[in-house]
Amino acid sequence: MNENGEPNILAFLCNWCSYAGADLAGVSRLQMPTNFRVIRVMCSSRVDPEIILYAFKKGIDGILVLGCHPGDCHYINGNYKTERRMIMLQKLLGQFGINPKRLKLGWVSASEGARFQEIISSFAREMEELGKLELPITEVS
Amino acid sequence: MAEKLKFAFSWNASCGGCEIAVLDIDEIILDVLEKVDILFWPVAMDFKKSDLESYEDKSIDVGFYNGAVRTSEQEEYAHLMRKKSKVLIAFGSCAHLGGIPGLANVSNRDGIFEKAYVSTLSTVNPSRVFPEPESIVNGKKLTLPEFYDDVKALDQVVDVDYYVPGCPPPPDLIAKAIDAIIKGELPPKGSVIANEKALCEECPREKNKKKIREIKRVHEAVDDGETCLLEQGIICLGPVTRGGCGARCIKANMPCRGCFGPVDKEIDMGASMLSAIASIIDEDNLTEEEQKKLVESIEDPLGLFYRFSLPVSLLRRVTLGGGNDE
Repeated sequence: MNENGEPNILAFLCNWCSYAGADLAGVSRLQMPTNFRVIRVMCSSRVDPEIILYAFKKGIDGILVLGCHPGDCHYINGNYKTERRMIMLQKLLGQFGINPKRLKLGWVSASEGARFQEIISSFAREMEELGKLELPITEVS
Repeated sequence: MAEKLKFAFSWNASCGGCEIAVLDIDEIILDVLEKVDILFWPVAMDFKKSDLESYEDKSIDVGFYNGAVRTSEQEEYAHLMRKKSKVLIAFGSCAHLGGIPGLANVSNRDGIFEKAYVSTLSTVNPSRVFPEPESIVNGKKLTLPEFYDDVKALDQVVDVDYYVPGCPPPPDLIAKAIDAIIKGELPPKGSVIANEKALCEECPREKNKKKIREIKRVHEAVDDGETCLLEQGIICLGPVTRGGCGARCIKANMPCRGCFGPVDKEIDMGASMLSAIASIIDEDNLTEEEQKKLVESIEDPLGLFYRFSLPVSLLRRVTLGGGNDE
């Protein structure tokens, strides 16, 4: 949770599609929640599962990973790899007692500013409902 | 003759295999004993805690601590061994990573007691008697160590100098470690005494391009005895596990389960393995739906990927109660 009591949301956006889509949403002045931070990555498959677990550990309440639509990946098949990872990762999060909804994968192309707005807004609402992620003690001396 | 080195061995939350592994170095132990005095080794000789307490601080040259830390007694021994030893070695997977006892971090004390003392079919305990740190029997107070909710690896409790990994550590690695100690040729503090690279580097099996179309559990597969197990669709933790064991499980036709822990720069074995599996699915010959189904078919990713390393993983343990994500 941030100082305003809103969930901390992290969005990993791929350089070629989703980041451009988010940019378009911005320059089109679409209204969006403000409690998310963007990390631009070259490809959604750059997002190592270790990074996601680490982010949850450090107090992030929800993580969005957005990439190019299937078939449109700049690196041909990166987004398919991401999809397979996220499926396994969601299952693993469930086993750790973390609601798998806290991790979401989506596709946004460079021309879909409105779609970005819609995804980020609905995700922020969902995270609002789930509230703060309470993890057991993950730091030990 | 120069003064003999002094060793101590302490057995904690582990099965005891590590203690026996020390004897597995066979006749080398006789050479070792010429150069080493053992000051504490309850599994083999009659020592009491008071013996260990009576030694001067830092009077033991090398302390071997095996087993994870789960009870107050084991925690006490961790501090005691640290205080008395110049060099403290986390010996075996449990001390190094938490090991199999570390899987208890999917539950907590109440959950474990309920299972062990009530719900198993062979248990009859209608009055729900559980082990208590203190109980009065015939007017006398009896005490037991406190059982913690959480299992920890040794370095999560005290400072550790070296790690000898393995479940149990293989004899040649133990001999190598003891030899290095005797000669005073130890690596930098914090080193894991094994290989730096992953197990795949030393695996004798034939490796080709990895493109898998099915994932099989060990009992569902017929191994051809030659090709990489991952290529045959059997999940093997070799790519994410430190080498140095001589691929002993692979040579017995069993996949690696990760007892040597992660390689140096790797943070979380489960995340790395999951990533590796996602990368070797045969995209060319499977539809997107089939690919999804395939990765979904892994029954228990937590138990499979973190079999030995749950307490040292990023998330460390499962959220139980109190959390809002139930």
